[in-house]
Amino acid sequence: MLIVFSRINEYLLMAWQALRAHKLRSFLTTLGIFIGVSTIITIFTTIQGLNQYVYGQLSNIGANTVYVQKYPWVIKGDFWRYRNRKNITYKEYLALKKRCTLADYISPEVFAVKRVGYRGEKFDNIFIMGSNENYKETANAYPEVGRFLTELDVRNNHRVAVLGAELADKLFKHENPLGKRITIGTDKYRVIGILERKGSFFGQSMDNYAIVPIGSFRRVYGGHRGLRIALMTTQPERLEDMKDQIRGILRQVRKNKPGQDDDFAINQQDMLTDLYRQLTSTLYAIVFVIGFISLVVGGIGIMNIMMVSVTERTREIGIRKAIGATRRNILSQFLIEAVIIASIGGFGGIAVGYAAGLLILSQMDLTIGVSLLSIAVGFGFSTMVGVLAGFFPAYRASRLNPIDSLRYE
Amino acid sequence: MLIKLEQVSKIYKLGEIEVPALIDTNLQIEKSEYVAIMGPSGSGKSTLMNIIGCLDVVTEGRYILNDRDVSSMSDDELARIRNREIGFVFQTFNLLPRANALHNVELPLIYNGTPRAQRRELALQALDNVGLAERAFHKPNELSGGQRQRVAIARALINNPSLILADEPTGNLDSKTGEEIMEIFERLNNAGNTIIVVTHEEHIAKHSKRIIRLLDGRIISDA
Ligand SMILES: Nc1ncnc2c1ncn2[C@@H]1O[C@H](COP(=O)(O)OP(=O)(O)OP(=O)(O)O)[C@@H](O)[C@H]1O
Ligand SMILES: [Mg+2]
Repeated sequence: MLIVFSRINEYLLMAWQALRAHKLRSFLTTLGIFIGVSTIITIFTTIQGLNQYVYGQLSNIGANTVYVQKYPWVIKGDFWRYRNRKNITYKEYLALKKRCTLADYISPEVFAVKRVGYRGEKFDNIFIMGSNENYKETANAYPEVGRFLTELDVRNNHRVAVLGAELADKLFKHENPLGKRITIGTDKYRVIGILERKGSFFGQSMDNYAIVPIGSFRRVYGGHRGLRIALMTTQPERLEDMKDQIRGILRQVRKNKPGQDDDFAINQQDMLTDLYRQLTSTLYAIVFVIGFISLVVGGIGIMNIMMVSVTERTREIGIRKAIGATRRNILSQFLIEAVIIASIGGFGGIAVGYAAGLLILSQMDLTIGVSLLSIAVGFGFSTMVGVLAGFFPAYRASRLNPIDSLRYE
Repeated sequence: MLIKLEQVSKIYKLGEIEVPALIDTNLQIEKSEYVAIMGPSGSGKSTLMNIIGCLDVVTEGRYILNDRDVSSMSDDELARIRNREIGFVFQTFNLLPRANALHNVELPLIYNGTPRAQRRELALQALDNVGLAERAFHKPNELSGGQRQRVAIARALINNPSLILADEPTGNLDSKTGEEIMEIFERLNNAGNTIIVVTHEEHIAKHSKRIIRLLDGRIISDA
């Protein structure tokens, strides 16, 4: 039913005066909606902040890059199934490098945690990665200063290192790092470049590591370690074909029998975004249930107070009708009053919910701009509750008979 | 003919009991008449006034106002008539307690869509006509009984209604204030308005040119 509110500011004024006449009661009535809307907006704002951040970070793992690894990133079902898999080795890397024609960049990746030092300064537990010149593309890790590993560095197993921005800051406070010799473990490496800063992911810095040529790494730390192989195509439409090709090559190299499952995983970014989306959609569902319940409770509160208000003001309704108010005039008046109660709660809820969301995000070192969507959601819900809760009392008021209302004591 | 009642009855039902408040009443009132309705308590005076004022509907018979049958009118039409054609003055004033005098007077204008600025002007004018311009921003509880009734009269007159109905307008006032109120009605009648006043008091009825007497829901004299 569509009600055309004519002379809306008259009704707003009437409603405002009626609410001011019962300040405490009006305030208490708005609380239900306030709590409902602030809950929804708090979580909504928080999730939106997280989304922005998580998707931003996940996009660091390029959408066109896949990772060949022993285990899938998202394990569905029985973990023990994967336990007996053999490591991914250098042999697989070489096979892919030779035969995977659809990949434009391939980088082997192997990790260790070492002590890194320069002059007197030493830092433990620094992540060291062995890779090749393609890592720059597959990991989107470009040097800010200096240069990245070159094919020559990799082929000749040069003792050179590219540093993450944070590691460089820690080691070289007042010096230019380029060309300096640092120790990684017990060996000396020459610094050739510093990477662009990537920031942190859930408090974990992504700039606190060093990259060295994979051959140098394997010689010093042993060639037995499991590998991760990143493969990237520059043409997104080729991604699926590339995955098929990788699968064929690896099944052959790792001697998977026909009918046997792959004993390796081809991981890619969307597995993580899917997982994240699943988690947040559960959260959304919970929030909407909680928010919905409090909005219903708030709506019942408003309906209740409006019923009381209509009864209390029977005489007022009689007077208004006696001097020419139509049913629609009375309906509009009370409906707008209910909507205003709900909207006041809604606006308060939006403000407080948004502030609370920002507070939660700031605890995680995140921020988010004002979201028109959450304002629209909060405002929409509260107005809707006001209309639904106010309609029945307002309708009752509009149907009152003038003379009976005037006689009402 | 402004008002024409044909065989009008009004019967209140209280559960099983039927209370006849008005029985087979015939009545005609011309434009610009000044009529007083008298009778003992419970004789049906207010019932008759409420029917004439379109606040209540007949149980039987026909009520014709300005050549139109009221019982066939829609709710919105009745509201329009109450707003435009009729000014009702009640014994108990029936002002909105939280609104000031000015707002009470302009209320009928709100319901017929008069623009705000014009509304103000008309309402102030109407208050001035009853001698209350300087009380415009007082609430009803800050006014005396006579002043309240004058606010109510200003409200009843704001739309220039052709018919002014007053149900015991002086009932809650002392006799001097009552006389002042009656002078206003006399002035209005001289200006051509139709006036119907319910009263208990003979000296009030003397202001009118025609007195209708009721007893037990019937008209017993009309002169
Ligand atoms: N709403 C109602 N329900 C039931 N009976 C009613 C109602 N209104 C009036 N009556 C009855 O109708 C009869 C006429 O009432 P009415 O109010 O018209 O009298 P009145 O002449 O105005 O009396 P008074 O001088 O005391 O105001 C009375 O017997 C009264 O009890
Ligand atoms: Mg009476």
